[in-house]
Amino acid sequence: MKTQGKKYKAPLRRLSYQRTLTICLFLAIPMVLLILFTYLPFGDMLHYSTLKWNGFSEPEFIGLDNYKTLFSNPQYFSVFKTSIYYFIGSLIQIALALYLATILYYPLKCKNFFKGVLFFPYMLNGVAIGFVFLYFFKPDGALDSLLMLLGMPEESLPLWLGNPSLVNISLTFASVWRYMGQNMVMFVGAIQSINSEYFEAAQIDGASRWQQFRYIILPSIRYIISLNMILAIKGAISVYEIPFVMTKGSGGSMTFVIKTLQTAFTDKKIGLASAMGVVLLVIIMIITAIQKVLIEGKEEK
Amino acid sequence: MKIRNKSQLIYYVIQYLILGILTFITIAPLVLVFFASFKTNKELLTTGVLTLPENWFNFENYITAWTKGNMATGFFNTILILVASITATILTGTMTAYVLSRFEFRMKGLVKFLFLTASLIPSITMQMSTFQIIVGLGLYNTRWATIILFAGTDIISIYIFLQFLDNISYSLDEAAIMDGCSFPRIFFRIIMPLLKPAVVTVIIIKGIGFYNEFYTPYLYMKDKELQVISTSLYAFQGPYGTQWEIICAACVITMLPALVVFLLLQKHIYSGLTAGAVKG
Repeated sequence: MKTQGKKYKAPLRRLSYQRTLTICLFLAIPMVLLILFTYLPFGDMLHYSTLKWNGFSEPEFIGLDNYKTLFSNPQYFSVFKTSIYYFIGSLIQIALALYLATILYYPLKCKNFFKGVLFFPYMLNGVAIGFVFLYFFKPDGALDSLLMLLGMPEESLPLWLGNPSLVNISLTFASVWRYMGQNMVMFVGAIQSINSEYFEAAQIDGASRWQQFRYIILPSIRYIISLNMILAIKGAISVYEIPFVMTKGSGGSMTFVIKTLQTAFTDKKIGLASAMGVVLLVIIMIITAIQKVLIEGKEEK
Repeated sequence: MKIRNKSQLIYYVIQYLILGILTFITIAPLVLVFFASFKTNKELLTTGVLTLPENWFNFENYITAWTKGNMATGFFNTILILVASITATILTGTMTAYVLSRFEFRMKGLVKFLFLTASLIPSITMQMSTFQIIVGLGLYNTRWATIILFAGTDIISIYIFLQFLDNISYSLDEAAIMDGCSFPRIFFRIIMPLLKPAVVTVIIIKGIGFYNEFYTPYLYMKDKELQVISTSLYAFQGPYGTQWEIICAACVITMLPALVVFLLLQKHIYSGLTAGAVKG
């Protein structure tokens, strides 16, 4: 962060009191909100994870039993399999976004139209997107009709959301549809901030578009690509909104977060759900640590 | 750019082909929902999904969705919560950034650390304990539950404000101090007006997020009178589960404000997202 390296000059005596008061006054509400809704729930969650509790009854301390239940019962961890679909989906999404951001950098007809359309889904309400894709994937729905138009026989069309081996692919598609444009716009921003002299020099030297991408764009926006990769992993692990609205996690589309929320608010097992929350948090912390070491460490050099 | 040879021509054709296909994939699901929203129930059952509606002025479904689906209440609550929580988050964000930018004090490192670390914790995983706090504060099933959860600030907003604050000359502040101006007065009279572009950026990012937020209002505001636009739309799935024409109309109603905002503020939205991403 660039600063001017200069704060208010050593305060005059009469300002010292006012200065302290201002700092306290201005930080009071932001800090109370931060502690009340981030750090207190975090502490509580650690505490709850050692309890057997339905939220109303007298809580009973059971030590690490909730964690034992979690780790000895494959049904809780097996839902992470679903994350693999979303992770592969987001890799495709990043690759697509990168390609589109690159061609949007160069002269192109209807550039703003393409950029706008491809970005627009990001603006939309998640519940509306859920319904749009329920309509899209339903039997005899939009996708089936489009495929039949292309000559696919009706009998060969599967149940996009009813088939356990397809449901996650369908949901991942909806998710990529929703977020690809956001990645694209970020990459466009990053590419535009590259010094344009590099491109001019490369073009004079007769470098092809691919060479320009490989040797100018890719190295320059490496950091933001890695950042988006990490965000993709985190997103894949904590996905919930689209599957929650579309399938509620049924038929093989259960995700870890939906499972946690169900354990807490449907099964009323606050203790077990808290343990799941802690596990998820630990996984995310580990990924963040890897990000710090791998990406930001390299960036320093 | 001039096309010099055959391989370049193929490259251009492929490029536009890919763009065309992706544009089609993006638009098609939305357009087909738009079609369905103008069809009668009978028409929807008898005609294919790809057929155009017979009557483009059939607003029956919109009227049903709007009146029976509680959408007026949904918009009312959404706007109320949006205005209140955006005002709050802008104030908490700018005030935090102002203090961090203009003062040296002992706990400064700790404050920064707490905001930075908070951004690593996905709040969705802590809802079971947040829920107890909201209930404990007596805010469950009130609009305040959502407002207060949105009111805090986050590291990305703080970074956006800090970037602007660092470019506002200290001599302005110092001149004001010499004139006997108090710090809060400097903040509201001098800093705030100069921060306007950053404030607009944060309003846009937060506004899109809050308008689309589903789980927080879903969990904390169960009353029908408290529904926001997301939750009133979500409620369609039970009673209207098979009446796709009504659901589609409700979806269009929900998405229309997003389209209008996007068309009006396109440039701001792009730069807002990029500003948030670079530091985030």
